[in-house]
Amino acid sequence: MFRRFDEAAGPIVEIVVDDRRIEARLGENLAAALLAAEIEPFRTTPVSGAARMPYCMMGVCFDCLAIVDGVPNRQTCLETVRAGMVVERQNGARAPGPQNGGE
Amino acid sequence: MSEPDYMIVGGGIVGAAIAYGLARSGERVALLDEGDVAFRAARGNFGNVWVQGKGATCPAYADLTRGAANDWAEFAEDLSTETGIDLHFRRPGAAYICFSPEDLAKRVAVLEQSNANARIKSAFEALDLADLRQRLPDVGPEVAGGTFCPDDGTANPLLLLRALIKAAKDLGARYLPHHGVTSVARDGAGYAAETTAGVVRAGRLVLAAGLGNARLAPMVGLDGPVRPVRGQIMVTEKVRSFLACGTNFIRQTLEGGCIFGESVEEVGLDDGTSLPVLRDTAQKAVAAFPLLRDVRVVRAWGALRIMTPDGVPVYQASPDGSAFVVCVHSGVTLAPFHARGFVDNLISGSLPPDRFSAFSPERFHVQTV
Ligand SMILES: Cc1cc2nc3c(=O)[nH]c(=O)nc-3n(C[C@H](O)[C@H](O)[C@H](O)COP(=O)(O)OP(=O)(O)OC[C@H]3O[C@@H](n4cnc5c(N)ncnc54)[C@H](O)[C@@H]3O)c2cc1C
Ligand code: FES
Repeated sequence: MFRRFDEAAGPIVEIVVDDRRIEARLGENLAAALLAAEIEPFRTTPVSGAARMPYCMMGVCFDCLAIVDGVPNRQTCLETVRAGMVVERQNGARAPGPQNGGE
Repeated sequence: MSEPDYMIVGGGIVGAAIAYGLARSGERVALLDEGDVAFRAARGNFGNVWVQGKGATCPAYADLTRGAANDWAEFAEDLSTETGIDLHFRRPGAAYICFSPEDLAKRVAVLEQSNANARIKSAFEALDLADLRQRLPDVGPEVAGGTFCPDDGTANPLLLLRALIKAAKDLGARYLPHHGVTSVARDGAGYAAETTAGVVRAGRLVLAAGLGNARLAPMVGLDGPVRPVRGQIMVTEKVRSFLACGTNFIRQTLEGGCIFGESVEEVGLDDGTSLPVLRDTAQKAVAAFPLLRDVRVVRAWGALRIMTPDGVPVYQASPDGSAFVVCVHSGVTLAPFHARGFVDNLISGSLPPDRFSAFSPERFHVQTV
């Protein structure tokens, strides 16, 4: 569904999404990289459990949340891709205590 | 519209509850409020329906609180049925958390005294850390224990306010925001208020203007002895449910956010926040529940309590029973009373001394022998 503009792309790096390795471009928008890898949905909501995907891509809707490098509720549309980044999809509310990786 | 029977000044939880109750009894009501710049405790409070220790030095206030808390479930159900708005009311009880054995002993003495004098009894348990952890397993090691009272509950105060205003409007009340009252006076047999949007007249007057009562009440021969006392509150991102009951300074909403804060500051009409208080508040929350350490705060705000000199409510009627003033700092807890029992008193035009003498502002007047 999404296509990268090759002229804007940085070097290829690997990131991990829920134990799956995907290729992304260094410095690109993380939400965009996840969309390009056809990750769907990004998360489910804490209250109703509804599935969510990025909506605004500019930091206001909070629909693009994920656990990024162990930190829950990160807005992936405000993160840039680094090599070796670990992303976990977040189902429902985060646990209150220290995170030991997803559920 | 013809002149209403009642004009209520102040569209916070108190004024809206009274408007709803009066409209439910068939009275024609106008509910006047200011704009968004106003000080509005109803929109910044904690949302506890709190019984434990309320009225420790004033049995009438303890009874008023306990009666209202006991009526909350039925009140919430009626209001939800009428409006379709769920108030998130629950009553799992709450723990008052103590950080030293001395605090716990003091707390127990306060609750025992308040029970001895009150007509409506309220059970409580004194818990050491191990017992408290039976109810709240995540309590941290710095906690000494606490008192648990099954009568405490919580509600979502914003949904409460919205439901009260909707219910009042559905029953025919006129809700008039952006009608800040600049002055109010007798006008023939009734009252006339000058507002920022013209004059409003009504047969009877109820002052429920929160901090505004201090200025408005004397215009009609009543007393509104209130001053602002600031509280700062924080709310976290949503987390999975871990608080099975409430506590005195942290509660978890149904959606999962943790609301905490119980600061008390005398800073006049300043409803801002300050870093030292927020830091202390966060540290105390983490001491009570260490698992909150890496949970992020998403919002913080200040709000001004409407405090009387002794912390006990003020209810007063004019001698002819045509004007009333209400000043309380537990508007959520007391909402069922304002919407029901109190409305009957308003309509009858008097506040019977057996119930209300403890709430008369005359208690603050210098006594002459
Ligand atoms: C930090 C904090 C925590 C609290 N926690 C709790 C709690 O857990 N449980 C609980 O029961 N209570 C709690 N309270 C108290 C509760 O919020 C108040 O008791 C309640 O909001 C009082 O309602 P009110 O309608 O009297 O006042 P307000 O909500 O202040 O409403 C007064 C209204 O009058 C309007 N007004 C003022 N002057 C005029 C004028 N001249 N003309 C027209 N309108 C005017 C204002 O715009 C305002 O909307 C808390 C309060 C604070 C500040
Ligand atoms: S997509 Fe809206 S905040 Fe990220």
